[in-house]
Amino acid sequence: MASTELSAGLGPTITPSAGQPHAQSGAPPSRAREAATKTGQAFLRLFRTLRSNRKASAGFILLAFVCVLAAVPGLIAHDPPRAEIYGRSLGPSASHLFGTTVYGQDIFAQFIWGARETLIIAVVSGVLSTALSVVMGVAAAYLGGVWDGGLNLVTDTLLVIPSFPLLLIIAAYLPNSGVVVLIAILVITGYSYGARQLRAQALSLRGRDYLEAARVRGERSVYIIAVEIIPTMTPLIVATFLGTAVYNVLFAAGLQFIGFGNPASVSWGTMLYWAQNNEALSIGQYLWALMPGLGIAILGASFALLNYAFDEIGNPALRPVRRHRVKRPR
Amino acid sequence: MTEPSTSQAAQQATAPPAASRVPASLRKRAARAAADPSAGAAALLRTDGLTKHFKIGGGLHRRTLHAVDDVSLSIGAGEIVALVGESGSGKSTTARLLARIYQPTAGEIFLQGRRLSAIRSRADLLAYRSDVPMVFQDPFSSINPVFRVSHGIERSLRLHRPELSRAERRAEAIRIFEVVGLAPGAEVLERFPHELSGGQRQRVGFAQALAMRPKLILADEPVSMLDVSIRIGLLNLMTGLRDAEDVSILYITHDIASARYVADRLVVMYAGQIAESGPVEDVLARPRHPYTQLLVSAVPDPRAELSVAADTDRGEPPRVIDPTPGCRFRWRCPLAIDACHQVTPPLRQLLPDHSAACHVATADAELRAF
Amino acid sequence: MSSALADDTGRAAVTGEPILQVTDITVEYATKQGNVRAVDHVSFDLGRGEFVGIVGESGCGKSTLLFAIAQLLAPPAGLAGGNVVFKGVSMVGLTDSQLASVRWKDMSVVMQSAMNALNPVTSIGAQFKDAMRAHGVRSKTEIADRSAHMLRMVGIDPTHLRSYPHQLSGGMRQRAMIAMALLFTPDLVIMDEPTSALDVVAQRSLMVQIKELQAQLGFSVIFVTHDMSLVRHFSDRLMVMYAGQVAELGVTSQVFGSPLHPYTRGLMDAFPSIKGERVPLTGIPGHPPDLARIPDGCLFAPRCPKVMTECETTRPPLYLVDGTQVRCLLYADGSTR
Repeated sequence: MASTELSAGLGPTITPSAGQPHAQSGAPPSRAREAATKTGQAFLRLFRTLRSNRKASAGFILLAFVCVLAAVPGLIAHDPPRAEIYGRSLGPSASHLFGTTVYGQDIFAQFIWGARETLIIAVVSGVLSTALSVVMGVAAAYLGGVWDGGLNLVTDTLLVIPSFPLLLIIAAYLPNSGVVVLIAILVITGYSYGARQLRAQALSLRGRDYLEAARVRGERSVYIIAVEIIPTMTPLIVATFLGTAVYNVLFAAGLQFIGFGNPASVSWGTMLYWAQNNEALSIGQYLWALMPGLGIAILGASFALLNYAFDEIGNPALRPVRRHRVKRPR
Repeated sequence: MTEPSTSQAAQQATAPPAASRVPASLRKRAARAAADPSAGAAALLRTDGLTKHFKIGGGLHRRTLHAVDDVSLSIGAGEIVALVGESGSGKSTTARLLARIYQPTAGEIFLQGRRLSAIRSRADLLAYRSDVPMVFQDPFSSINPVFRVSHGIERSLRLHRPELSRAERRAEAIRIFEVVGLAPGAEVLERFPHELSGGQRQRVGFAQALAMRPKLILADEPVSMLDVSIRIGLLNLMTGLRDAEDVSILYITHDIASARYVADRLVVMYAGQIAESGPVEDVLARPRHPYTQLLVSAVPDPRAELSVAADTDRGEPPRVIDPTPGCRFRWRCPLAIDACHQVTPPLRQLLPDHSAACHVATADAELRAF
Repeated sequence: MSSALADDTGRAAVTGEPILQVTDITVEYATKQGNVRAVDHVSFDLGRGEFVGIVGESGCGKSTLLFAIAQLLAPPAGLAGGNVVFKGVSMVGLTDSQLASVRWKDMSVVMQSAMNALNPVTSIGAQFKDAMRAHGVRSKTEIADRSAHMLRMVGIDPTHLRSYPHQLSGGMRQRAMIAMALLFTPDLVIMDEPTSALDVVAQRSLMVQIKELQAQLGFSVIFVTHDMSLVRHFSDRLMVMYAGQVAELGVTSQVFGSPLHPYTRGLMDAFPSIKGERVPLTGIPGHPPDLARIPDGCLFAPRCPKVMTECETTRPPLYLVDGTQVRCLLYADGSTR
């Protein structure tokens, strides 16, 4: 009875749940502490979603595995990966777990050491490429008009220019350039696809009332793009990153082959190329091709599985529901 | 008479307005008029010949859509004006012109005597935005789903009341949430939009508008997407805000019944122009414009018998693309005369404070006066 | 004069043999939290040429009930009980091919939004032709004749057979949908909020048109809406639903004249009137129950102005009061309070 009167007087109320800590209207915490608690809460939320979602936990474990390989390869593999000192094309044995390459290198060592460069290329190029896609795509969509036209011109041109001939020309001017140039090339040639996708999604979001509400509130365009639009596009942005990262690993191997970066470096991508060049599968050295392929697959799978966790964070409606009503016994 | 306290305002926000009590807004208006007789009739917001045309089509068939044509209306302080019309009438475009989402093609808007086109600096623009905020129609897309509902109101406070400290902003957000009936404020602020019902989300929209201490709230069909039993709560909130917070509201709707329930004055729009305007009871009891008469007879009223006057009209939308001169209602009007096909009828005052844009109605009034 | 509990099937007094008998329909959705009951033991009969309005707010189960009757339920929704007998044939459990002979010929459905139901890339005439050919009409002249005839019946010029949906106004699109539903002059037309996207004048015009067609062709109508005032003048009987259950079911004029269930009364009071006194209204405080966690007792008790102590523990059955069924303990012992 009492609850009916209360709601009749004040309109719809939320029954406070028992036992849930709230921010009561007492003295608010200091700014630094509040920022720290907010990031702490964000991480806690991330871990909670990872734990609760089986796919996300699996993805996290796989990624952790690759990170361990990248972090401390020396602890796991004792042989030097690049030294061509062993017998050639040996099969798997106790001293060479995966056998050796045609050049006499230990495949196991290559596999373990290759994780580091692969991961670095994947993550760095993925992050930069996605950031560029976001800026070019979302800004073009929101600002519209001349900005849209101009930014799109750049993006579409890069999308359409055949990349390998362009890269061959660039390679002629920058031989043996190292990983930084490699990543720069990956980013510039790779961002345009993601930019088009993000622009399309941003265009569909442009008519949403909450953006108009933000404008009417007096927010500036930059704020609206950064704070109101981009967070709602998190799932697509993360998916773009994941796709770009994995694709770049393979593309990087190809680039390394035509002279960018250091062709003698060890990564899963280069392993694949050397294996393929020497027809590893037909000479019986299956593991030379399979192991780096498996490594890339594990990395890609971990990214894909982690995507689920980010879907939940990006869209609160997908999160596990909090009980905020007193549960009546059935 | 002391100002009503917060909790009283909360009660007033959702309890029905007492029919016999004189609303605080009327008392305030009387006090204003007594203090300064010349300012008694000064409008809070006034438009003069407001016009908005859109170019549509491309290449060879470029045409002009006359969304709003020569609209001159005024809204006083502490009053609710209902802007009623069907789709294609221009009511939403008018609201967006007032909210400065669109720039007018012609005409002028005056807020307390100052023209909008004179606004140049960002500070002036922010000041206008805080005076005239907008509440949107769709509770499901008018709040950003990624953030908690505290986000919007705290941004409003940050942008428009920078003198408040962090703690004061928080306290003010809680207070405003409770004024609009979302209690306990501290708890609701922490919720995400998907955890609130449609009615609660619309209240959040009103809270965001209130946070700026506005003079006029533009409410664009705030209840049409809500369940019927929830609507009354929000309509009562609107009248409560007018009485307790002395805020004017421009209530845009296609539902005449709810317009009658909350509004002091009624403005009926058709095909981008004002058809009729006046005190709400007057316009509904004695509609002068044939379109108003049609609307009134078409409204389903569960307590009344079915009126047959509207049976033949199909409700076809008006022609607003490259319209020819003449009354835009003439094709559906049972009373159309020759003049209606040639000359666009201007909005004329037929009775004190009651105007209509109709040749027949004007002639009728002149006859009576004679 | 109330009598004891109405029998489970809730047959109303219908003249002649009822064309549709809905008995104890129960629909449940499978969710992560277990089964959610969207429709709970709903029963009613429909006579020939009768117009029944089903009224309720969002989440009350009215649209789900409609899908259950039309055998359009798809997972995760499933029929958990009850039967639908249409023209003497039990519809539940029929295969798709068996249903196909009934669909559109004897029973058709008009959806809520014509723009969603009509194919935007084909003309109206092409869609009519599609529908007719799907049900066995081959002759080109017959297709053309029937299409033109139906369009004229709903007040659209037959030249619009060549038009695309986006070229018609909202009102015309809805009329085209109704024309399509009447192509085979079925015995039953089910309508799910067909007027909700229309303005007041178009709405009124469409309702009048539907009634005229009903008078001419003699079909029965089940009309689902959230707007009570709309069905007041057009329906013979009225069913008010709340939280998946029937709250009240009776002759429309009687339900409007003296609403028995407090929810019905609250709903009627939530419509401001444009005539008469300007009266302050309260609406109904609170909100409908979460169907995943329904309370014990009457589902409306938390919001009911006339709630009694027993309402929170006892689930009220349907009582029969003067020919109207009402699910409220106020009528438990035959005397109203």
